[in-house]
Amino acid sequence: MSETYRIAIVGSGPAGLSAASRAAQLGLAHVLLEKADHLSDTIYKYQKGKHVMATPSQLVLRSDLDFAAGKREKVLGTWDEQTGGNKVNVRLNSEVVSIEGEQGAFRIALKDGATIETETIVLAIGTQGNPNLVRCPVGEGAVVQYTLDDPQEYVDEHITVIGAGDAGIENALGLAADPEQRNMVTIINRSADFATAKAANVQALTAAQDAGRMIILTETTASAIEAGEIVFDTRDGEARARCDRVIARMGSAPPRAFVEACGVEFSGPDRTAFPRLSPTFESSKPGIYVIGALAGYPLIKHCMNQGHDVVEFIKGNTALKPADEPILEGKFKGLPGRLSVAEWLEALRSSVTILEPMTPLQMREFMLDSEAHFYRAGATIFDRNEPGDSLFAIARGSVLVQVDPDDPAKTVPIETGSIFGEVGLISGRRRGATVIACEDAICVEIPRMAALKLQSQVPPAKAEITRISIERQLLQMFGSGLSREDVAPIVETAEIVPVKAGDTIIEEGQEGYDIFVIRVGSMVVEKTIGRKPVFLSYLPAGTYVGEMAVLEGGRRTATVRAAVKSEVIRIDGAAFKALLEKNPALLARAHREMETRQDLNDYVEAKKDSFSGAVDMYSSIASFLVEGGIGEATDVLLIDENLCVGCDNCEKACADSHDGLSRLDREAGRTYAHLHVPTSCRHCEHPHCMADCPPNAIHRGVDGEVFIDETCIGCGNCQRNCPYGVIRMEKKPPRKPPLLSWLLFGFGPGPGEPSHDWIDKRVSPDTPKVAVKCDMCAGIEGGPACVRACPTGAAIRVAPEQFLSVARLEEGTI
Amino acid sequence: MATRGAEGAESYDSASQRHAARHESFLRYRGLFWAKLASVVALLAVVSYLLVDVEPRHNGGSWYGYALGTIGALLILWLTLLGVRKRAMTPGRWSLKAWTSAHVYLGISLIFIATLHTGFQLGWNVHTLAWALMLLVILSGLFGITVYGFLPRYLSDNRDETTEEQMLATVGELDRQLREAAQPLDTRHAAIVQRALDEEVAWASVRRRLFGTRFLGTSADSLAEIRRETLLLRAPDPHLDRVEALLARKVAALQRIRSHMRVRALLEAWLYVHVPMTFATIAALSAHIVSVFFYW
Repeated sequence: MSETYRIAIVGSGPAGLSAASRAAQLGLAHVLLEKADHLSDTIYKYQKGKHVMATPSQLVLRSDLDFAAGKREKVLGTWDEQTGGNKVNVRLNSEVVSIEGEQGAFRIALKDGATIETETIVLAIGTQGNPNLVRCPVGEGAVVQYTLDDPQEYVDEHITVIGAGDAGIENALGLAADPEQRNMVTIINRSADFATAKAANVQALTAAQDAGRMIILTETTASAIEAGEIVFDTRDGEARARCDRVIARMGSAPPRAFVEACGVEFSGPDRTAFPRLSPTFESSKPGIYVIGALAGYPLIKHCMNQGHDVVEFIKGNTALKPADEPILEGKFKGLPGRLSVAEWLEALRSSVTILEPMTPLQMREFMLDSEAHFYRAGATIFDRNEPGDSLFAIARGSVLVQVDPDDPAKTVPIETGSIFGEVGLISGRRRGATVIACEDAICVEIPRMAALKLQSQVPPAKAEITRISIERQLLQMFGSGLSREDVAPIVETAEIVPVKAGDTIIEEGQEGYDIFVIRVGSMVVEKTIGRKPVFLSYLPAGTYVGEMAVLEGGRRTATVRAAVKSEVIRIDGAAFKALLEKNPALLARAHREMETRQDLNDYVEAKKDSFSGAVDMYSSIASFLVEGGIGEATDVLLIDENLCVGCDNCEKACADSHDGLSRLDREAGRTYAHLHVPTSCRHCEHPHCMADCPPNAIHRGVDGEVFIDETCIGCGNCQRNCPYGVIRMEKKPPRKPPLLSWLLFGFGPGPGEPSHDWIDKRVSPDTPKVAVKCDMCAGIEGGPACVRACPTGAAIRVAPEQFLSVARLEEGTI
Repeated sequence: MATRGAEGAESYDSASQRHAARHESFLRYRGLFWAKLASVVALLAVVSYLLVDVEPRHNGGSWYGYALGTIGALLILWLTLLGVRKRAMTPGRWSLKAWTSAHVYLGISLIFIATLHTGFQLGWNVHTLAWALMLLVILSGLFGITVYGFLPRYLSDNRDETTEEQMLATVGELDRQLREAAQPLDTRHAAIVQRALDEEVAWASVRRRLFGTRFLGTSADSLAEIRRETLLLRAPDPHLDRVEALLARKVAALQRIRSHMRVRALLEAWLYVHVPMTFATIAALSAHIVSVFFYW
């Protein structure tokens, strides 16, 4: 290999393919290296017939390859054909082992021993990484594979699945699902439990074992794999079994180590960090460019556009404007002043403290996710109690926070460059105060996901947001009349402590002098009465606890533990006491609040003899709900099974209010003392479903509801991430005939969700499945249909802090 | 309790919305509002019946009789509309619980309105038929309220967090395991197991569906037979023991799903009287009204 290429492209996914096609079109000497024996391995591994979506729809595709939403086979077929047509120099089976050298003279070592010489390198290897390989010796003729495309391909085989994470379990279940295939499936797990798998998967697995369809070996590893046989190393010694095929699903090593070994720096130590890049996608190592998912762009269209652009940049076409330029132009259109996109980006970046450390490329990406707003003096930016979890940054002008809900004249200013709205961002709860523009102002609204990304990419931004949020939370909680200077000593001593679900922060009877402010998650307060823990109260984020010991002295009077994974701010009790002593009004208020708590303690103490049954009941129901994850809910559907006659009108109403698909399963779910928590979205404070949504289609709406918008690409990530199993992947059915024609003439399937057969007959098989979940009937007059349609009053929707209050015990309504 | 940044927002703007969302049953809805209203209506009917002097005696044809008759007929039509309201998921600030509450109490007040409308002139004619059918509907409705009062609890307890689908799946799964476990058995024992496998989950006879016990059914018989056989054996037979254990589980699983279906059937059974009789009432009522005007 004496030829030196101008560009070597590593990885033939959408980004790499598009880059190689551009290079071929421009006539640059190039090579496309792909480790697999086919192009686009990630999409190749999608299940057969999977619908590939093309979002964001407003983004123009700029590539020499075509791409439109369609079936996996069609998308791959088009690319294969056009890659050939564009005369791309592809080298398959070429796994890159190392990259050495400098710009103009890189040497890429391949696994097969060959070396490629190139002037520049484009890394488009995605984030999938390489699967971890089996470590035991593999004999000649033994079949070991790291993926499973179609479980129905295998018949009459003895198959061992190594690795009991979700991927392994799903494969094993798939292979054993159909008894007609007569597969003998064994799954082995190194540890005794299935810590990394979802509970539903583990349940299905043990059910399959009970049914005799699967063998589960725990605390077992494979020590040798031979043709037709596998040797296990079990707790009780060595064991041999017949084995025709091994499927190893032991996770994958992220490509970061490899990328760093090439000399590319990442923006931070976080697992979510991306390489640091210039506006032309060049990494910190000159001559190495990074594009695609590895650069932080998981969507196919973005990847393809970058592939096109990066080759243009390498060729020297620096005047090229990115394809997303029109989108950004649209975002800045409403702002006063005539600046270009680049100037606006620079203006925002330089005027907002937390945005300052960003690179122009990061800023660009950041603004694609965020919005810029212009507010006239006096305009309301958001209202108290409005749901919202976005962060605002002030780029020009200033705003006023109305700290006293009863007196709008009491305000605190926030100046240019600072942020507001961070409490909603951190706690996921409603806005704590109304904010209005003090003078004409330009603000950047940063949605939750973008804000989280910003914090992981730009550590100084994270530190600043944390500091401001602690300061504000204290100011807001302890009320007006305090200044930033007053709380400064407390902020200094404050420390953010993560608390695991179930861990205690305050132990009854212990000495302790600290105050805890609940920043994220929620806590329950319990008191031991007659050697039993009795539930006293539920503390949502934004409350504080522990002041009794500071005010009164003495030991802790109750135990406080985390209902869900939480974060608290620990404040030194002495600093807090000093603050109280300086502010008599605050001291008086703290005393009043403490008395309320004491009254509650006394009430429960008093009740324990006369009404111990009621207290017990309340306490155990509260514990049941907290265990069921209600601690992270903001609004949850409960069914009183003393009243539920099982008519399923709630499900029917849900389906009829939403495209014919029910978003709740009444019968499924946990029940305690006739209180049933059906399988239905509880609109978590920090929704798990939002965590990994490629098109960012999941949002929190104006009434606090978590909903999925129409840009859903049907990937199923949210369904997998939801610990409560409330998201379904379904095809949208056609409209049903109207109710009266069913009532009078029997046309159509009638009220409620039509049967799958009815839908399948009327929907084309190509229709993509999309994620469907409860949106709390947002935008429907009258509110949640499930509650409105319950004939007996069994279905109620509650916010946990309203439901879990002792007031209900006194009313006797539990 | 501790201070909150944002107090729980009051998102329900009207009183009726608040009541709809409140944890109270349809019978106690809005502090028994409809019960009180219906009582007032019934009381008014009785008092006016006693106060109004109709010559020669109270009958459906007087102005007073027509007034009660019109109110009653309109009320019947409105009560029937609950069936439409229940199925038409239109947007709007209505709650089916409120409708059910009104349906129940106004329906009961109909006993007074319609009976006073007759002026107690009953006979073997279409007019009295309409009245009698209406009473039948109301009585079946009262039965419905009664079972709604205590059966849901049984349904919930029996279900014990499993769904109907899971109950059925359990029976199917046990059948599969039974079939496998029966492979090593001799023909006679296999035949006993086969009888258990042949048993359908749902009984054909309605009487058994509603009143059958756990000791009925071929699976229960097979279990008893296998138990007798194992008692007679000198050495324990592991295959028979496994079959016995599986059969016992199947009987329990059948018991659960049958109880489930029984309670659901009881919760619905009254509707098979209530709804058809409603239409019969409306038919008889139409005949009553037409004939009254025809023979005027």
